[in-house]
Amino acid sequence: MWSFFHKLGSPRWFYDIGGKWLPWFALAAGILLVTGAVWGLLYAPADYLQGNSYRIIFVHVPAAFLAQSIFMMMAVSGAVGLIWKMKLADMFLKAVAPVGASFTFLALFTGAVWGKPTWGTWWVWDARLTSMLILLFLYFGVMALQAAIEDANVAAKACAVLALVGLVNIPIIKYSVDWWNTLHQPASLKLTEKPTMHPDMLIPLLIMIVGFYCFFAAISIMRTRNEILEREKRTAWVKALVQTGGRNA
Amino acid sequence: MSFESLQDFIAMGGHGPFVWTCYGVTILIIFYNIVQPIIRRKDVLKRLNRNLKRESNS
Repeated sequence: MWSFFHKLGSPRWFYDIGGKWLPWFALAAGILLVTGAVWGLLYAPADYLQGNSYRIIFVHVPAAFLAQSIFMMMAVSGAVGLIWKMKLADMFLKAVAPVGASFTFLALFTGAVWGKPTWGTWWVWDARLTSMLILLFLYFGVMALQAAIEDANVAAKACAVLALVGLVNIPIIKYSVDWWNTLHQPASLKLTEKPTMHPDMLIPLLIMIVGFYCFFAAISIMRTRNEILEREKRTAWVKALVQTGGRNA
Repeated sequence: MSFESLQDFIAMGGHGPFVWTCYGVTILIIFYNIVQPIIRRKDVLKRLNRNLKRESNS
C-alpha cells in the first residue's frame, strides 16, 4: 500500500503509466460519447412535458457532474500536496483547473439555453445557478493565483488552500435545490434512490456521464504529463526523453 | 427512432435552435480540451530540446 503511494507520488512513474492508460481512456470516451449522443438525440423518446428540449440533459448533467467532481479532486490533491509535499498532486491541481472551468462554463451555458424554452428565461439569480457561477469564479481564482505567483511551490500552496476553502461551495450546489425554492428541477439522479427517469432516457444519460469521466481522465493525463515535463526538466530522464522527441528510449 | 424525417430531427419540435446550440458548444469545448494539451506538448518538447542543445554547445 505504502509503496504504491510512493510510486504514485513519483512524476516519472505517473508519466509512464499515464502514457499507457491514455489511449484506452481516449478510446472509451470516444465510443461512449458517440453512442450516448446518438442514443440521446435520435432514439430516446421526447419528454411528455418539455418535448425535445430536454435532450440538452445529455450534455448538461454530465458537464455539471464533472464541474463539481473536478473541484473535489483538486481539493483532495491540494490536501495531499500540503500534507505530504507530493509534487505530483500540485501538478495535477494546476493541470486540471482550466478543464474544470471549461466544464462549469458548459454546464452554465447549456443550463441557460435549456432554461429559455422551459422557464421562459435564460438566467435567474437563484441558489443553484448562483452557486454554480461561484464555482466558475473559484476555478478562475485558482487559475489567476497560479499565474500570479512565480515560485511554483508557493503557487501550489496558495492554490491548494483556495481549493480546500472553495470546497464549502460543493454541498451548497448539491443541496441548493432542496434548501431553497428554485426554478431548477430536483436532481434527476440520486445514488440512494431508485431513479425517477425512464430507462430509455436514463441509460443514454449514464453512458454520457461515464463518457465524460473517461474524457476527463484522458485529457487530465495529457495535461499532467505536460506539467511533469515542464517541472522536471532538469532531471536526467526528462532530458533523455526530450532528445528522443518525447518517446521513451 | 423518435423522428419521422431528417427535417423533423433538425427542427426538434421547435426546440432545434436550443438543442443544437448546446451540442455545438459541447463539441467546441471538447475539441478545445483535446487540441490545447497536444499543442502544449509539442511546444514544451521543442523548447526543452532547444534549451538542451544550447546547454551542450556552451
